[in-house]
Amino acid sequence: MTRAAFFPRLRHWFNRRGWIKITIATPYVWLALFFLLPFAIVIAMSFATRTPTAPPFSFGGEHPLMNTAHFARLFSDDLYIRAYLNSIGNATVATLLCLLIGYPMALGLTRVSRSWRNVLLMLVILPFWTSFLLRVYAWMGLMGTNSWFNKLLTEAYNFVMPADMALRYIPMMNTGFAVVLVTVYSYLPFMILPLYANLEKLDLSLNEAAMDLGSRPFQVFRDVTLPLSVPGIIAGSLLVFIPASGELIIPSLVGSSSRPMIGRVISDEFASARDWPMASAVAVALLLLLVGPLMAYSYYEGKSHEKPTAGGGN
Amino acid sequence: MPEPSPAAGATVAQFPRGVAPAVKETPFIRIDGVTKRFGSFTAVSSVSLEIRKGEIFSLLGGSGCGKTTLLRMLAGFEDPTEGRIFIDGQDMTDLPPYERPVNMMFQSYALFPHMTVERNVAYGLKHADMTASQRADRVREMLALVQLSDLGQRKPHQISGGQRQRVALARALAKQPKVLLLDEPLAALDKKLREATQFELMDIQDRTGTTFIVVTHDQEEAMTLSSRLAVMDKGRIMQIGNATEVYEYPNSKFVAGFIGSINFFDATVRDIKGDMARVDVPELGGPVDARAIPGLVPGQPITLAIRPEKLSLSRTRTDAANAFPGTVRELAYFGKDSLYRILMPSGRILSVNSVNARRVGENERVADWEDAVWLSFDPAAAILLKD
Amino acid sequence: MKRRPVFLITMLCFGFAFFYIPILSMIVYSFNGSRLVTVWGGFSTKWYASLFSNRQVLNAAVLSIEIALLSATFATILGTMAGVALARFKRFRGRTLFSGLVTAPLVMPEVITGIASLMLFILMAEYIGWPATRGFTTVTLAHITFCMVFVTTIVHSRLVEADEAIEEAAMDLGSRPWQVMKDITLPVISPAILSGWLLAFTISLDDVVITNFTTGPGTTTLPILIWSKVKLGVTPDINALATITVVIVGLGVFVAGVILNRAEKRRERDMHMAYQANQ
Repeated sequence: MTRAAFFPRLRHWFNRRGWIKITIATPYVWLALFFLLPFAIVIAMSFATRTPTAPPFSFGGEHPLMNTAHFARLFSDDLYIRAYLNSIGNATVATLLCLLIGYPMALGLTRVSRSWRNVLLMLVILPFWTSFLLRVYAWMGLMGTNSWFNKLLTEAYNFVMPADMALRYIPMMNTGFAVVLVTVYSYLPFMILPLYANLEKLDLSLNEAAMDLGSRPFQVFRDVTLPLSVPGIIAGSLLVFIPASGELIIPSLVGSSSRPMIGRVISDEFASARDWPMASAVAVALLLLLVGPLMAYSYYEGKSHEKPTAGGGN
Repeated sequence: MPEPSPAAGATVAQFPRGVAPAVKETPFIRIDGVTKRFGSFTAVSSVSLEIRKGEIFSLLGGSGCGKTTLLRMLAGFEDPTEGRIFIDGQDMTDLPPYERPVNMMFQSYALFPHMTVERNVAYGLKHADMTASQRADRVREMLALVQLSDLGQRKPHQISGGQRQRVALARALAKQPKVLLLDEPLAALDKKLREATQFELMDIQDRTGTTFIVVTHDQEEAMTLSSRLAVMDKGRIMQIGNATEVYEYPNSKFVAGFIGSINFFDATVRDIKGDMARVDVPELGGPVDARAIPGLVPGQPITLAIRPEKLSLSRTRTDAANAFPGTVRELAYFGKDSLYRILMPSGRILSVNSVNARRVGENERVADWEDAVWLSFDPAAAILLKD
Repeated sequence: MKRRPVFLITMLCFGFAFFYIPILSMIVYSFNGSRLVTVWGGFSTKWYASLFSNRQVLNAAVLSIEIALLSATFATILGTMAGVALARFKRFRGRTLFSGLVTAPLVMPEVITGIASLMLFILMAEYIGWPATRGFTTVTLAHITFCMVFVTTIVHSRLVEADEAIEEAAMDLGSRPWQVMKDITLPVISPAILSGWLLAFTISLDDVVITNFTTGPGTTTLPILIWSKVKLGVTPDINALATITVVIVGLGVFVAGVILNRAEKRRERDMHMAYQANQ
């Protein structure tokens, strides 16, 4: 093939089939290389043996090819068990609280006038566009022992409680409570937005029909709105629960160092202890715990993206 | 299907676009045993159809009957599972849509939202072998054809629904396709606009001479617009013919019931004399004389069908061949005509449509609630159906 | 009968108070004259002055913006391709795995993505020698990867809800699939692509965890700098920085809102015009 003929032929190929192949292959190869491969490495690493070399691991040689000791340690060392329980418990409580606060807010958003709705939606999204770190930081300021917020809460507490139980301040920083509070604060938009998207699509005439047939407002909510919003509840809950269970920043800034959390354990094993295989095993175990929720999420995601099948219809 | 008798031939002049003998030649479009399956669902089932050049041909049917799938196979958006499609002698079956001499007007109009009306109309021409000025001329000509010359610079969202419909038409015609496919062309317009546009479409077809294939669920639209139409059901073609043929000479219970309204009766053939048959109709309470169809034998069960407007009402018995007594059960006044529901002694209720030819007051009409009346009809009005 | 949903409105007020009280408090305290972050020491803008004279902060901000611009751009290209592939190419080999690959990073806990990427980069440096050191390149590669799936989600859902008839119309008028993509599909979804870019940009700009794992010495983005400062406790100049961020984002959102509102008004006027033209 001559050089002169190469480019027209290339263009011809591109216009016919090439662009389709390129469109599929480029992101595919990228994700395989920078997302799938790293995960394969994590899984493989969890069976490796820690060595004082660089990089600090080895397969085979004098070590077993499949070293399962790290997984055994997950069950024998109560640090890991406590970390998993803390993280999952924390994520569960935070998800439930997000749902309790987020659901009425999302529903409220669908009930205000159009112009208000856009403004309020913007206000929900706005914190999301500001830095995550700064949102956590904002609470550090509020929860500190000398802050106006803490003082206000202490006054209120002392006003209600008998004098002999009065406090100088309420200990909030570096507690489990602080972690849950800040998690709820940070992830609330992730609950509200999918719920709103779901609730907004519901036909208000369904509510009117239910009311017309004699249901009171709460019954309408229980019999019509709530069942129809289940997909939104699931999507929102998973969007909060999954990242919250592996959260690293919040526990390390406002959490207690005596309450291990899984995100910190992974990070510490890796960075401080330089134990790659152990860190990988902890990560793999977390992934296994999250497989159910992750599959559920991609199932619902896939379903919401599905198009009604074409064909047959007129 | 009976050929229209000479008597019925007189009505040919009534339908809008007589099929001139000159176009009765080799078919321009030939659909040959086409089947389309989506998984286990058969959308179109071995359809064969011939369409002549310069026709307005309608595919008429309810939703899910396969008419749109058939149209999309003509355009090239769906591949037939079996069968072949020929246009102007050329096999189109394996050609992609962009290589077919066919253009489509989409039900949603599918105007490109980011382009002006002019650029929408010009879009198809960029692949044509034309100079820039020829292209500009064609666009101008097309916009003039649909009377939108002033709106060339507007974007689709800046014009009304009726105007969008005409832009879609101009865009599809700009490439001078051999065949124009129209998917429910008038469905999105309101009633008044629809009637005006119907005639405009026919006028444009007349001027361009393009073959039109129209998909519609609206029988009136199909009957007014088309030179011929095919009635479809469950992926099959039930009957092909002009408006008169499918209305007056339906070949099946489905077609008879789908187009217009009709009264059906179970009947049994008693005897046949020349072109007349006498059938027993228990629900009417006596024998009925009807024009015979080929292949009848005495004792054969058959369906008798009579359209409501072909039944006449009188207070006294007339000397018509078929006359039966009944009672007025309900009556609805529509202005130009009235609908009566008549209770027969057998308990059967049937519909009668009578034209209000004279102005009459409430108390002077032919029959009133609970009146005893006589129903009569001509043997030529009765349709015998075998299925 | 139209009843005011009192309970829902109350919850909205409560929710928005919850959202904004911490932010407002942070803004107020950024003007605090006192060194002690919790004691009000009079109005002062000295923290802003100290922030702007802090070369470390400025460098980190510039670096973050560079990485975000680069990552968002590549993520948008790759993410749009993936969105188009999923929405328009119904059948290709490995489609199921591919759709899994574009949803998993969305919800994957960041720590896991972080250590996975870090191990990849260390092993790459060890065995193929590129990228030789961790820093700008590795952070950008990691950011492109987890930002692109957000772009894919936006582009994909836009494509799925788009009227496919307009693409069929273009094909019917003689355009081959690639031309249809170029002339029709991409222009029509360009707003979605733009919002995908913006989302990718902010996510990249904001990321701490994955950056923390994939960065190396000398490459300190703004979130990493804030993270290391905040770990030591609350300091007033971070309040000032946070305030600036909130103001910039707020302004951006406000401007976007005004533009959208104008577009809406224009659309209404157009519809009115169309209606009049119809009379």
